[in-house]
Amino acid sequence: MDTTLAITAALDAHQGEAGALLPVLHDIQDALGFIPPQHLDVIAAALNLSRAEVHGVISFYHDFRTEPPGRHRLKLCRAEACQAVGSSALQDHALRRLGLKAPGTSANGAVTVEHVYCLGNCALSPAVMLDGQLHGMVDAARLDALLDALERS
Amino acid sequence: MTTIWIPQDAAARSLGADLVSQAIADQAAARGLSLDLRRNGSRGMLFLEPLVEVLTPTGRVGYGPVQVQDIPGLFEAGFLDGRAHDKNIGLVEEHPWMKGQDRLVNARVGLIEPLSFAQWTENGGGAGLAAARCLRPEQIVQLVTDSGLRGRGGAGFPTGIKWKTVLDTPADQKYIVCNADEGDSGTFSDRMLMEGDPFTLFEGMAIAGLAVGADLGYIYLRSEYPNCERVLKAALPVARENGLLGPQFDIVLRRGAGSYVCGEETALLESLEGRRGQVRPRPPMPAQVGLFGKPTALNNVVTLGSVPAILAQGAQAYAARGVGRSKGTLPIQLAGNIRRGGLVELPFGITLRALVEDWGGGTRSGLPVRAVQVGGPLGSWLPASALDVPLDYEALSANGAILGHGGIVVVDERADMASLARYAMEFCAVESCGKCTPCRIGSTRGVEVIDRILAGDRPPAQVALLRDLCDTLSQASLCALGGLTPLPVLSALDHFPEDFGLAPKPTPPEVSGPEARDV
Repeated sequence: MDTTLAITAALDAHQGEAGALLPVLHDIQDALGFIPPQHLDVIAAALNLSRAEVHGVISFYHDFRTEPPGRHRLKLCRAEACQAVGSSALQDHALRRLGLKAPGTSANGAVTVEHVYCLGNCALSPAVMLDGQLHGMVDAARLDALLDALERS
Repeated sequence: MTTIWIPQDAAARSLGADLVSQAIADQAAARGLSLDLRRNGSRGMLFLEPLVEVLTPTGRVGYGPVQVQDIPGLFEAGFLDGRAHDKNIGLVEEHPWMKGQDRLVNARVGLIEPLSFAQWTENGGGAGLAAARCLRPEQIVQLVTDSGLRGRGGAGFPTGIKWKTVLDTPADQKYIVCNADEGDSGTFSDRMLMEGDPFTLFEGMAIAGLAVGADLGYIYLRSEYPNCERVLKAALPVARENGLLGPQFDIVLRRGAGSYVCGEETALLESLEGRRGQVRPRPPMPAQVGLFGKPTALNNVVTLGSVPAILAQGAQAYAARGVGRSKGTLPIQLAGNIRRGGLVELPFGITLRALVEDWGGGTRSGLPVRAVQVGGPLGSWLPASALDVPLDYEALSANGAILGHGGIVVVDERADMASLARYAMEFCAVESCGKCTPCRIGSTRGVEVIDRILAGDRPPAQVALLRDLCDTLSQASLCALGGLTPLPVLSALDHFPEDFGLAPKPTPPEVSGPEARDV
């Protein structure tokens, strides 16, 4: 999607709304996958904020990113309920398989791995979320199957 | 035509409920059968998900957990008539897990299609708001006060008193804010209510609006719940078409952005206003100076979801449940290393042991329970020997623990409690809003000090330092994130010093004979 169009659409959709910054940023990121930092001035001017305020909000929240992510996003839950059933080993496995030392984007740009703290599937841990779809009771084999399916697609 | 129910709850979908639904539809088509296939919320028996229910003359018969490969066999066995199969759990309502509960908040969760307004009203939805519309605001507030309802988000503050403050604060505009930023590990009751019965949350918010004089409400939903967001987005217009929402009271849905601290009420308000989710000093309380500077009734999903039943059944019926100053029912979530995980709604007062052992069936791994954490990442670790404590605000507090949002995370004897203590400090460091120094700096120092203990670097001096640091965190932090992080850290240290290298490891009892095997 065209960057300028996406930003204009997001700003138009929330014009006049109280406290519109988060909804605007979400709309832009939903459309583009990230928030292009060179366009913060436009967002700031439209919402009558300073550039620093917009930057401050983007940098505060874990969700917002200013660089394009990989083609797929894999969120791995690190919280206690998942740790209780082996999520640490699962994360090591995921990172190894994707050739990563820490959360980030795999070298081929296919998958961005993120740590999250609870996906609300704590009775069916370990939980992961792949492109917005929640998966429960994930072991290394199931994770491999999910990643294999990505590679085939 | 047979009616079939398959949950569309995120947990059920996480185990393949969509594939099961598709496979059942395909199989029926191949056999020339026509089905009325419906998607409900989850009953909360998450260990049986995906749980497929078939309507029979005697009631809804359940089959679970169903996988795609089970489908042909289920058709062969005659599951459409509720016939026997090894996945048959009998009548769902008669299942011991369901029968033993007292479901007020979750009365319709799993029973109805979440977006069917007709099914909602047929099953008692809307009765609370209808009752509230016949009362004056102060009468509603009094009723909620008399019910003894306390905030289910974690703080346990009496809801009626909060509402009275909002009602008594004059303003040209007031707001209802629903805290749906359910970030505690081990909790999912907000999600299940919103996905399984969203209209009941809207009803609770509309009643709150009548009670305090607010015509607008916000739901602040965490971004980790996209399935929930879809349900709420679809439910809002249905609620408007049917007059549950409208000009007299409407709701705006807002998405969080992955910040745990935004579950703290003042950080949540900052976030709704479009700023960094940094905690505000209190006073003033949000009830007086809240969203956009206006008086705001800010309540958790389950708190608001409890209100319709209170209005419909009366304050006394609600207050008759529970123990001491913990009145009513609590949706309890069994999580982590547990054999039968899920949601159980019960009156306050049941013991942790009954929950973990009887309802939960012990650990999923089959190994002994080592500890349980009640109330999320800021809750204490209780050793297996301390499970006889009843679940109520005061009893847990007397045991140095918190109830939080009613989540219980179980770990088995392989758990490394020192690593979990370190994780608690690390989590605080990652999620700290940065406003106050004890939390911002103290959490990082806490990780370092625990690392030194584990490295054997002058352990007694480091333990003294850790306790001192925790004292600063608990006394001087601006909110519960820094204030309560010492609970998981120090409870792990106090109950499990051997994991920190501070005490000899207890020798495991000698096992011999047929019981002896590798685990």
